[in-house]
Amino acid sequence: MGEFVIENRIWNPEMETMPVEDIKKLQLKKLKETVAHAANVPFYRNEFAKRKITPESIKSLDDLARLPFTTKEEMRSGYPFGLFAVPPSQLIRIHASSGTTGKPTIVGYTKKDLALWAELCSRFLVAGGLTPNQITQVAFGYGLFTGGFGLHYGIENVGAAVVPASSGNTKRQITLMHDLNVETLICTPSYALNIAEVIEEMGLKGKLALKYAHFGGEQWTEDMRIAVESALNIHAFNNYGLSEIIGPGVAGECAARNGMHIQEDCFIFECINPDTLEPVPEGEEGELVITALGKEACPVIRYRTRDLARLYRMKCPCGRTGMLMSRVKGRTDDMLIIRGVNIFPSQVEEALLRIDGVAPHYLIELYRPNNLDEAVLKVEMTPQSFSDKMEAMIKLKERITREVSTVTGIHFKIELVAPNSLERSLGKAKHVNDMRNLKVE
Amino acid sequence: MKIKQLSLFIENKPGSLNAVCQILKNNNINIRTLSLADTEQFGILRLLVEEWEFAKKVLEEAGLIVRVTEVLALPVDDRVGGLAAVLDVLDRNNLSVEYMYAFTFGKEGRAVMVFRFEDPDKALEALTKEKIDIIESIGLFH
Repeated sequence: MGEFVIENRIWNPEMETMPVEDIKKLQLKKLKETVAHAANVPFYRNEFAKRKITPESIKSLDDLARLPFTTKEEMRSGYPFGLFAVPPSQLIRIHASSGTTGKPTIVGYTKKDLALWAELCSRFLVAGGLTPNQITQVAFGYGLFTGGFGLHYGIENVGAAVVPASSGNTKRQITLMHDLNVETLICTPSYALNIAEVIEEMGLKGKLALKYAHFGGEQWTEDMRIAVESALNIHAFNNYGLSEIIGPGVAGECAARNGMHIQEDCFIFECINPDTLEPVPEGEEGELVITALGKEACPVIRYRTRDLARLYRMKCPCGRTGMLMSRVKGRTDDMLIIRGVNIFPSQVEEALLRIDGVAPHYLIELYRPNNLDEAVLKVEMTPQSFSDKMEAMIKLKERITREVSTVTGIHFKIELVAPNSLERSLGKAKHVNDMRNLKVE
Repeated sequence: MKIKQLSLFIENKPGSLNAVCQILKNNNINIRTLSLADTEQFGILRLLVEEWEFAKKVLEEAGLIVRVTEVLALPVDDRVGGLAAVLDVLDRNNLSVEYMYAFTFGKEGRAVMVFRFEDPDKALEALTKEKIDIIESIGLFH
């Protein structure tokens, strides 16, 4: 610990190395402004009124505990623009993430929000080796998901070149990386392992210019880091973010890799016991709760991320003063991350209920052959949906595939199974069997 | 006359077919003929048995999905062009066949084919008019 794996570089020394006391003063000032601005959102205005909260009543960061939590449910009930503090006309970008049911969670950005987001992505990219003269390939999907576009503008903000390859078509990805001398790769860690395998198949091992990778979008482990670094001969860095807060860029690793530095000038982190909602002692695992500071379109106060991790402070040799967070160790809800896309089993259920005659008796099975997530959905047959004609059965399978893909964005391989063949325990069906071996550290 | 056919959903895995056969055996039900349409993952087992109502009951009691459909059984001359001659009649009458399969034994030197028509009633009417021999009941020949 403490040794730099690459040269130590800092994008914004003023903010990233600010003394902790000064960061806290800045956070307090911004928290008051955030409370004032959030009052434009009916949900926050009502909550503040109930709790007699005004910007002036915020005297110290301890007053954070008086503020209401925001959950995914609030975001869902506010669909689409209910939790926005500006009218849609002021937005210049809209992204979405999975909701627990069919409707996604919508997030929006003003021009200032996008500039802030690019700045935050630039910080972790530079910490992990990005320089303006590099060519960088983004293999995250470009679309509603915040990963692709978030990183894209962060890279451009640094002055490096972006190859917006998006996800999929691995051989083409590798050809581009090889031919363009791409030095930095952005993707999910499992996809990087898959890329490494295909590079070997293509006989290109050792022939690429790749030096760095930035991984996000899914949980990964130190074992995976060792595997991907040796397979691709690179240095791999972890970053953290979520679209409900802003997207990637909330925290990221430095060259010393002691954890992920939180961008504390823009976010206040808390770590709570998800049952009692009380803070856990520093360094202990709990649910991360995040307040975003200085966002215009979607101010977020005390967002319950459902991500389990540890928070700690240490004197990091890189000079950054931001609090550190550990890798995310798990979730407090049943959200699944499949190929970097977040989904909830309830979305699958909703999709199945759209099809006449199909019962919502299902099991999601997740595998990771060749380091690529494979999702199988077993659906129990019912007398209503069964036909003696093969054509009708194939059509039923295709219909299920389509409906589930529409709702979740994930292509599931559908398996029709016999009635009552899926395990039911205590009357409650088990809906997920994750066999991907995601044990963390 | 139309014959009742039982169709069963079975998963394509070891033991699925045997499980069905064991239930029929334990209930003293003889399979007259069958066809299995399969995919990598599941199959549709179509059965002709004499006591179809009883068979349906015991199979459903065992948790299986059973669908009853009507099929026609046509004797086909066991010679070159025998089936083609029957299919000619079907084409002439615009009868669409969903699938077909054969009995494992013949009748008086003729093979017996089972046809699942899109519209069994229309097929029965047309074939009767064409004076095509139709098996009245699978119990009639042993």
